[in-house]
Amino acid sequence: MSATFIPTVRSTRMIEAMQYDFMQRALLAGILTGIVGSYYGAFIVQRGMSFLGNGLAHAAFGGVALGLLLQQEPLYIAIPFTVAVAALITWVRDKSGLGSDTVIGIFFALSMALGIVFLSRLPSQTTDAFTYLFGSILGVSNIDLWAIGFILLVTAFMLPMWGRWAYATIDREAAKADRLPVKFDDYLLSILVALVIVVSAKIIGVVLISAFLVIPAASARLVTYRFIGMTIVSVVLGLLTAAAGLMVSYSMDLPSGASIILLQVAVFVVCMFVGKGMRK
Amino acid sequence: MNENSPAIELSGLSVHLGDHLTLDDVTASCGRGEFIAIIGPNGAGKTTLLRAVLGLIKRYSGTIKIFGKSIDRNDPSEIGFVPQLKSIDRNFPAITCDIVSTGLHKRLPGFISRKEHDLIHDTLELVGASHLCDRPFGILSGGEMQRVFLARALIRRPKLLLLDEPATGIDAIGEGDLYKILDRFTETSGATVLMVTHDMLVARHHADKILLLNRTLICFDTPEIALSDKYMSEAFGHVGHIHPHGEEHAHD
Repeated sequence: MSATFIPTVRSTRMIEAMQYDFMQRALLAGILTGIVGSYYGAFIVQRGMSFLGNGLAHAAFGGVALGLLLQQEPLYIAIPFTVAVAALITWVRDKSGLGSDTVIGIFFALSMALGIVFLSRLPSQTTDAFTYLFGSILGVSNIDLWAIGFILLVTAFMLPMWGRWAYATIDREAAKADRLPVKFDDYLLSILVALVIVVSAKIIGVVLISAFLVIPAASARLVTYRFIGMTIVSVVLGLLTAAAGLMVSYSMDLPSGASIILLQVAVFVVCMFVGKGMRK
Repeated sequence: MNENSPAIELSGLSVHLGDHLTLDDVTASCGRGEFIAIIGPNGAGKTTLLRAVLGLIKRYSGTIKIFGKSIDRNDPSEIGFVPQLKSIDRNFPAITCDIVSTGLHKRLPGFISRKEHDLIHDTLELVGASHLCDRPFGILSGGEMQRVFLARALIRRPKLLLLDEPATGIDAIGEGDLYKILDRFTETSGATVLMVTHDMLVARHHADKILLLNRTLICFDTPEIALSDKYMSEAFGHVGHIHPHGEEHAHD
């Protein structure tokens, strides 16, 4: 086997893969969720919301399981379910005075427990549930694509909020003193993160989605000094790792979510060394 | 707005935080251009009072007026705020310029124009920190950070400047510089300053008036009167100590 043979075979497989509808949908979904996920990821990292991402991912699973039980499109049930949990977490945290991690931990367990109960009531197969748990490139439907497109549109519409959210992230008290709706923005950000999680769940998988949101932003943080730079680098890394991860997933027959995350971690390690060099 | 109205008017201000009465029936009127230090023991309600004036306390009884307007109708752009350093996310990726510009726009800018950069540079020069303009914020020392936050407050040319223990975490030289900057600012701008501090020596030397607090208002008068044994023992239970190096501190 010549040295150039393997890349040639791989390239051919990639071209072949792009002829399949499911792969086109998966790639488009992966790129779009990579963009929006890593955009919000910058805020998730700087606001210390990683655990919220994890909690909402499990809430999404509860919603998906309910959708499967009710024999509805899981997305239609998972979206309101997860958004409601996101709002409830923020509300209970504010009203109870308990720490975020405690409140998220409660809703995390509650959603998962509900999901398990719902699935136990299903007459037989749980293949769809496994798709959501671990991610699959086979499962992306046109409805998923429309939902992801909608979230991308909402995010584009919300771009002017970037500076306001960033200001409240640096100095919450000053932002409140300037009469910015800091609490409203907390709810808004939680709900938008919830929506991104739900629409990414099928391709990435519930168990890995929090990492999918966080790793590109954490990598970007290591190689940038300004939040605008961090946001842009995060989005670019999110997009590239999602696209490349899906290609790897197809060509090596690996689960899509795991392939993307492994690639993201490799990029994170590179950024650690690059960042260390920059700080010298 | 009445041009002659006081900078801050508090009338019967009471604040409950949870079940705890943090401020009880505080009435005071701070004139324009005055430098007022808020002093009191831990838990006396000093920061609560400052937060109430900032409009951060939503549930209170009594009235708070800033330049003659009720607190929910005043213009926040007229107020500059220098927070305690511990309330700031020091790990946030920003350069000094970014932080100062938030005082101007009430948001973090994506990009800063040349004209705006020059304005920020000039404001940083006022606080002796123009050399920090393009430096990453996270690597600054406590004293440098405090100058940056002072610049953030000053860039909007505030008529009222609020400071919450601005010298905490700063060395003696940095602290001295900070108060020199404040004195220069009040002299040139005519702005009113309201500052929470534990340092009575600073209060004595720099403030026109002292608001001595222990949940209720103990005294609101000149440093000579407010820091007299009579009022200090009423506020603290005993009089503040003077340390061997001349620094005077209030103790619980």
